This record gives sequence, C-alpha cells and structure tokens, in this order.
Amino acid sequence: MKSNDVILQTVANIVLFIILMFSVFLFFNGHHEPGGGFIGGLMTSSALVLLLLAYDLETVKRILPVDFKLVTAAGLLVAVGTGMGSFFFGAPFLSQTYDYFHFPVLGELELATALIFDVGVYLVVVGITLTIIQTIGEDR
Amino acid sequence: MTNLLIWPILLPLLTGILLLFAPKQIRFQRVLSAISGAGLIAVTVFILLTVRDGGIQTLELGGWTPPFGIVLVGDMLASLLTTTTAVVSLPIVIFAMSTIGKEREQFYFYAFYQFLITGVMGAFLTGDIFNLFVFFEVMLISSYILIVHGGTKIQLRESFKYVLVNVISSAFFVVAVAYLYAVTGTLNMAQLSQRIGSLDSDAPILTVIAVLFLIVFGLKGALFPLYFWLPASYTAPPSAIAAVFGALLTKVGMYSIFRTYTIIFTHDTGFTHQLLAVLAACTMVIGVIGAVAHQDVKKILVYNVIVAVGFVLFGVSTLTETGMAGAVFYLIHDIVIKGALFLLLGAMIIAAGTSHLRNMGGLIKHHPRLGWMFFTAVMALVGVPPLSGFVGKLLIIQGGAQDGQYIIIAVMMAASLLVLYSMIRIFLYGFYGRIRLEKADQHGSTKGLLLPCAFLIAVSAFIGLGAESVYQMAATAAQTLHDPQIYIDAVLKE
Repeated sequence: MKSNDVILQTVANIVLFIILMFSVFLFFNGHHEPGGGFIGGLMTSSALVLLLLAYDLETVKRILPVDFKLVTAAGLLVAVGTGMGSFFFGAPFLSQTYDYFHFPVLGELELATALIFDVGVYLVVVGITLTIIQTIGEDR
Repeated sequence: MTNLLIWPILLPLLTGILLLFAPKQIRFQRVLSAISGAGLIAVTVFILLTVRDGGIQTLELGGWTPPFGIVLVGDMLASLLTTTTAVVSLPIVIFAMSTIGKEREQFYFYAFYQFLITGVMGAFLTGDIFNLFVFFEVMLISSYILIVHGGTKIQLRESFKYVLVNVISSAFFVVAVAYLYAVTGTLNMAQLSQRIGSLDSDAPILTVIAVLFLIVFGLKGALFPLYFWLPASYTAPPSAIAAVFGALLTKVGMYSIFRTYTIIFTHDTGFTHQLLAVLAACTMVIGVIGAVAHQDVKKILVYNVIVAVGFVLFGVSTLTETGMAGAVFYLIHDIVIKGALFLLLGAMIIAAGTSHLRNMGGLIKHHPRLGWMFFTAVMALVGVPPLSGFVGKLLIIQGGAQDGQYIIIAVMMAASLLVLYSMIRIFLYGFYGRIRLEKADQHGSTKGLLLPCAFLIAVSAFIGLGAESVYQMAATAAQTLHDPQIYIDAVLKE
C-alpha cells in the first residue's frame, strides 16, 4: 500500500523540531514547575512517533540507528547511579543536593543532582515508548 | 553502613540493568546472575546478623525523615524473609540455566528474574504502605513477563487470566490505600499503627478498610475464596519459573497480610481476625481437596501451595506470640521447601517426559538420588521432626490452642495428613510402581539438576536441625509484631 503523504511529511519535517525543542523546555522546566524527565521523554517520543507515521520504520531506523532497548537500560543505569552517588558521601540512598553557580552568559543558575536522575528517567521513557511502538509496528 | 538496607533491593536491580545490555551473551548472563545471587545471600545474611545483634535497622531514603519520606525498615521478619528469598533465588536460577532453554535465555529471562527479586525484596523491606504497592507492581510486572515468557499456547492462555486478576487486585490495592490515607492521614506503617492504636472509638470504616486489604492480599496470596486463578497459572510456565512463583510470589501476599493484620489493623480483632481464621481454615480444606483430587504432579504441588497459605494465616489470626512465631517459622520453611519441591518435580517431569501420574512409574530405578531427595523433601514439607516443617506447625498449633481455636486446629491436623497422602502418592506412583521407561528411552537427563535441589534440602535440614537459633529469631520477629510499639519506636525514633 503506497499512500500520498506529502503534506504530512512536509509538516512533520518542521514540526518535529518544534516538538523536540518543546520537550527540552519541558524537561528543564520540571525542576520546580510542571514538566520533568517523564513528560519531556514522552514529548520526545511523540516527535519520533510522528516521524514514524509520516515515513516508515526503515527510514526512521536509518535516521536513528539506535537500539532503544539499550537506551532504556542506559537510562535505568543513570537513574540508579545517581541514587548510588550518595553512597560516596555517606548519605542515604537517593539523597540529592543542589547549589547555585555563576555562568558567563546565562548568569546565576541552580544546578541540582536531581537533574541527572531526570536524564535517566528521560532516557527510560524514550527507550520504552519507542521499543513498544517499534515492536507493534514490526508485527504487521 | 547507613545504606546497608538498600543493598538487597539494589543488587538485583543493578544486575538486571547490566543484563539488559547484552541479552545474547548467555555466558555473561549466567555468570553475572550466579555471582549476584551469591552476593545477595551474603548481603542478606549480614543484615540478618546485624538485626539480630543490633535491633531494628532503618534507612530514610533521600534523607527524608519518616513519616514524610519513605523509610526502609529491616525488622526481624523482613530480614528473615529477605535472607530466605536470597537463599532460594540462587538455586532456582542455577536450575533455570540447564532447563529453561536457549531461546528464553537469550530473551531477557535473567534480567526479568532479577527485577522480580528486586520487587520481592523491596516489598519485604519497605515501611510505607504505598511504597509496598509500588514494589508489588515491580514484582507483578516482572511476573507478567516471566509467566508469558516463551509464548507457548498454555502460557498465553493462563497469563491472560493471571494479568487480569492481578490488575484488578492492584486497582483495589490503590483504592484501599486511598481510603486508609483519607481516614488516618498517613501512609507510613509505623505512624498508621500509632494513629489506629490511639483511636478510642471502634471506627467501623477501619474494619471495612481492613477487609478491603484482606481481599487485595488474599487475591495475591491465594486465600480462599480468591485462590481460583492460582492453580492454572502456576502450572503453565516452565518449572524454574513456576518454582520462583510458588516459592515467593504468594508469600509476598502472605507477608503483607502478616504486616497489616498485626501492626496496623488491631482495632477490631474480634471480627477481622476471626474472619481471617475462618478463611484460613477454608483455604486449608480447599487446597487439600485439590491436592488429593489431582493426578498431575504439578497441580498436586500447586494446591499444596494453597494449603500452606492457610497454615501461615491461621498462625497470624491467633494473634498470640507463639502462633505468630510459628507462622514466621513456617513461612520461611515453606519458601525453602516449596522451592525445592518445584525444582524436584521439574527434574522428575524431565526424567519421565510427562507430568501425569498415570503415565509415570518406577523412576527410582534409574534416578535413585532424585527419588530419595524427593522423599526427604516431602517429609520436610509434612513436618517429620528433625526436618524444618515440624517446629513451625507445632508452634502454630500451640498458638491456636491458646486462642481456643480447637476446630481449626483439627482441620489443620487433618489437612497435614492429607498433604502427606497427596505427596506420598507422587512418590508411590511416580517413583515406585511398574517401570515405564527403560534407560534407553529416557526423555532427558537430570544431570546437573540435582545440585540446586540438594542445596535447598540442605537448607531445610539446617532450619530443622538448627531450629533453636531460627526459633529465637522467629520469636523476636513475632515479638515485634505482637507489640507494635517496638516497631513504632524504631521507625519514628520518638
């Protein structure tokens, strides 16, 4: 079955980047306001799903030659790893800390170790969602 | 040593994650699983000794003090159960290496096995009732995968029912937790105990919540009348997976009843604990009827899992220190011996090529060691004195007598006898009797399968012979359950 997807493909090419940018925004927003690794990850995967709909599995696999199962595993490792980081300071598992730093252009910013944990969550969500979608897609 | 208590959860979790990276490297998967299993035994035994000598250990996750944060509590009950879990999980995974098949090994079997252990360990150690739900889910989601893993026809059919039943009971779990939070305003088990203990009215809503929790944990732990899903779904997957299910999964449900019905819901024991006692008796009867009626060896054993649920919960329902110590002792014994029996039957089915008693016979001629190990395990299960089942049953019966539940004691004795009958039938028809298979037409070899079984039987014998020291620990566990103030003081540090 070959359908004419010109409009969808053209729109997807542009919208993809808007969604990705927004997902990054959501990801960083999550520390104090709604957002975070989970939602950012879902948003990123929705961008990739749009790409899957507009093109097909093979094209997306060529653009992103990543085994998403490994992305999931890496995300888990990062998340658990941050929890274990507290071991080196004699603090209980999953303890987190934050501090304020001064950056040349950006000014004063808060950096928290919870962010690294969120990166892990982000990777897990992207990895799991796309593994599921690809598995279902391949079945046909 | 602040983080000691997290290790039983962290070790299998990390192992599982590492195993995800190289699913096709079977050697790597096997070696890492075995090393992690051995490490887990070492860590849990260390925790057990620490708790024995130093009292209840707690770990405030993320540095948040209870009741605001989530706390892990290693009391005697939790540390005994985590140790037993670790001791059982290693031989099962070693048994799986030679029986589960290359296909499954290459498809994340070991990783999900580790995640399952993570969930079980977490459920035992957590001191927060919502966190208990979370670890239940970790365990259940892994078990959904393991039960369907391999995708044979019977597995697909049974896993569907299994998933359905458990999803529904999980929904009830959340509802029950929400009710409890609405009434008491806390989810920390120690604070729950404190608040419910200080209520002066008898608060009928709490009784409703208690029964709701009984339904939830009864579904997971196969209590009458909610056991219906268990026999079919535990017989579907391969022996190694059935062993971990039979040995551990229902026990987590039982543990949760143990916890909630001793520390939290003690406001109206006349109703709730009498209900529990009656249900326990019904569970014994139903389980034993199933065990006697069936001809399929897997089914017989699975119904025996249900009988054990009845025994343990009867011990809990007496609310006496003796009865609860007996229940703890029997629970530990049952985890070990059910693991051993599932593995032995797995080896037996491989040797006979069938799981139906009518088609078996005379296995003892070619498999003498398997036969006698099975006989020993049966004796331990029924509770012939030097082995591990005896002390637990004796204490449960003593506790029942203190509580005046003579009818249920009679039911329990009769059930024990019938358990013996049902299991010895496997021995008589399967191992004795007319020889069905000559050496030449053996279906498979049991070589290498006997070592894990032998290890578990040795552990059972150790629990039986070293009953004095194990009893001491079980009694400490029962003391904490009987007097929640010890638990509350240790967690809330007031």
